[in-house]
Amino acid sequence: MSERVASGLRAWTIQRLSAIYMLVYVLYAGISFLARENTSFESWQSWIAHPLNNIVVGLFILSLLFHAWVGARDIILDYVKPFAFRMVKLTLLALFLIAMGLWAFNILVFEMVY
Amino acid sequence: MDKKKNRPRYLNLIKISMPVAAVASIGHRISGFLLVIAIPFLIYAFQLSVSSAEEYAQVIAAAEHPIILAIIALLVWSFSHHFFTGIRFLLIDIDIGVSKTAASASAWLVHILAVLTTILVLVIGALL
Repeated sequence: MSERVASGLRAWTIQRLSAIYMLVYVLYAGISFLARENTSFESWQSWIAHPLNNIVVGLFILSLLFHAWVGARDIILDYVKPFAFRMVKLTLLALFLIAMGLWAFNILVFEMVY
Repeated sequence: MDKKKNRPRYLNLIKISMPVAAVASIGHRISGFLLVIAIPFLIYAFQLSVSSAEEYAQVIAAAEHPIILAIIALLVWSFSHHFFTGIRFLLIDIDIGVSKTAASASAWLVHILAVLTTILVLVIGALL
């Protein structure tokens, strides 16, 4: 794990591209939510199980995790100065986000009742 | 070199009167931090909600508990604030609203929009 992972311009670009994707997604999800027929489980299930929505949500979670990586990394770099602590925290953050990604992927791909 | 010597040795954040744009900036960081902490809880709720009608009903019922409702309110505020301050930063990136007056006005606007959105989302939630 190096401090240069997603440093500088690349981090800036990842942060903005993921932000723009999530912005569009939130508008799409909001409109879908307001346009839904009812609040039942079946209605939610059929929305999320639709291949388009499933992929769109998967990409949202991916964007979210990249966005969280850059943002939380900035916080660690600002407040955690000693090199060893910084590396430990960055590693824990990366492991946490990877675990969240695998968990969410597992739900979207294997736990969905189609 | 003289300039460096005259710099304050410490910054007491409580004694400094923060401009509204600075509050928007630190709010963006605090809300982002809270949202990262919330990720596992939200994925868990998502997992339950797609698993079965019973678990979906459990998630909805859990939201009625006062403490969980308070946490949801905090997260809705965090999301709204992060969302609006984020759009504000994106606009500033492309040179929109950079002047001091415009930046102050937009900072006020995002704080107000965040609170209004939080209230709106909670009211819609209560009506369902």
